[in-house]
Amino acid sequence: MKLPKVKYGRRLSYKEYLFNFFATITGLTIFNIEFIKQAFIPPYEIAEVKKHMDELGVKTFGIVSVTGFIIGLVLAMQSQPVLARFGASDFLPGMVALSVVRELGPVITALIFAGRVSSGIGAELGSMRVTEQIDAMEVSAVNPFKYLVVTRIIATTMILPILTIYVIIIALLGGYLAVIIVESMSFEYYRFAVINSVEFGDLIPGVAKTFVFGYIVGLVGCYKGFTAEGGTEGVGKASTSSVVIASLLILIFDMILVKISLWLWPTLG
Amino acid sequence: MVMANIRVVEIENLSKRFDSLIVLENISLFVSRAENLVIFGRSGQGKSVLLKCIIGLMPPDSGTIYINGRNILELSLNELNKVRKNIGFLFQGSALYDSMTVKENLSFPLKKIFPDMKQSEIDEKVKSTLELVSLEDAINKMPSELSGGMKKRIGLARSIITDPELMLYDEPTTGLDPITTKEISELIINLQKKLNMTSIVVTHDLICAEIIADRAIFLKDARIAYEGKISDLTSSKDLFLKNFFSNEIIHAKEESIKV
Ligand SMILES: Nc1ncnc2c1ncn2[C@@H]1O[C@H](COP(=O)(O)OP(=O)(O)O)[C@@H](O)[C@H]1O
Ligand SMILES: [Mg+2]
Repeated sequence: MKLPKVKYGRRLSYKEYLFNFFATITGLTIFNIEFIKQAFIPPYEIAEVKKHMDELGVKTFGIVSVTGFIIGLVLAMQSQPVLARFGASDFLPGMVALSVVRELGPVITALIFAGRVSSGIGAELGSMRVTEQIDAMEVSAVNPFKYLVVTRIIATTMILPILTIYVIIIALLGGYLAVIIVESMSFEYYRFAVINSVEFGDLIPGVAKTFVFGYIVGLVGCYKGFTAEGGTEGVGKASTSSVVIASLLILIFDMILVKISLWLWPTLG
Repeated sequence: MVMANIRVVEIENLSKRFDSLIVLENISLFVSRAENLVIFGRSGQGKSVLLKCIIGLMPPDSGTIYINGRNILELSLNELNKVRKNIGFLFQGSALYDSMTVKENLSFPLKKIFPDMKQSEIDEKVKSTLELVSLEDAINKMPSELSGGMKKRIGLARSIITDPELMLYDEPTTGLDPITTKEISELIINLQKKLNMTSIVVTHDLICAEIIADRAIFLKDARIAYEGKISDLTSSKDLFLKNFFSNEIIHAKEESIKV
């Protein structure tokens, strides 16, 4: 695997920035192809994947819970007066549910996941790279790409959809709280209204795209960490640039995937 | 006992450069079975690069590297890994896996190189190897809890745990006090005798070299500048060598006064 070198320095010219941009895109593409090539070759290191999933779950559980709840709450609080103005208060549960399921839940969970996990992976693999731990694995006849990168990418891809479903549920609970602060509504009715307004066709594309987002988070963090150089400073750069690139890619792919899902299921529009 | 007729490592005309920086140029050397070759050189003279070329972590620009008669530069990754299973490598910074305990660090190469080994055998081997480096107590510690000298020893333990035929040491004693330096050097020579290993030791530490070396090579300006016994090099009339070794000796004496 031969990757283009990204230039580092305190003051880069525009030309160098542009070069770095394309070098990163090319590097990510090569990394992506390498993942596809290696993911299906045994040994599968399932124990490692499980370990990473556990760690990721524990690491992000708290923050996504809080965020999810607040998102639902605030969304409902904000929408309530607007809907009331149009005499459409009854639509509140449905509106909250659709926004959370189709867009806010997946994207916000992914962005938080990127902030927490991409940077973590970038720093972890980056420090393994600059302290020669990755070389040490290679010397022990271990393929570090398979052992470190493939396992992490699989773990992030699998865990994000689970987290997203969890966040959606928490956000809907937050929404309920906002509703009952202002008016009385039984939980039964709220649940009924939510379930009635969300169709399977809303849930599937919403959750399906988080597989892609999870993959992006793992891929970017691993790429930046694996290719880190230049001591502790390089590790810091790997960590921060992972978050920036992963978040940006998540938003770009969100746009693309929404377009594709609307094209596949035009009735959703 | 050095077996001069069997060459474990043989390098011919090895060159390596980074952009315009020539690090190694036309290096040729060999190591015989059970021999300890010491490679001297000031820092930045390409010693680590040379070791990394030998183990296949870094491709040289030109030249050949034979290990037990096979040119490792022509091997597939699978074949190269088979060769690597017989080689131990002590990294300059120890390169302990910092997410793993000492025990897991030592088990890792065993599990990867001998996948059929039973857990009880692994535990036994970890214990006995830790005894060799006198750090049985550290078994459940994390690398961050170890001192520099302890890290070196655990690194050493990890690299010899698979009983390799060939050991590559990258500055095993740099940055350690003279007493620890002596201890580690003696450890290396004892292991080498016990397991009949062949070793290449990269260093700029004279104490270490005097204990270990059967033969020494001096790298300077990307080439092999001198070659011979340690005693020949230290007693040489050559101005550069005199300078280098007298500095090392003064340095070592100062260090021992401090201790
Ligand atoms: N991956 C690399 N990329 C660019 N230059 C390198 C790389 N590795 C080593 N060098 C350069 O090669 C020279 C020799 O390095 P090294 O072998 O680490 O020296 P030492 O003899 O101290 O071990 C140094 O000048 C170093 O900067
Ligand atoms: Mg070095």
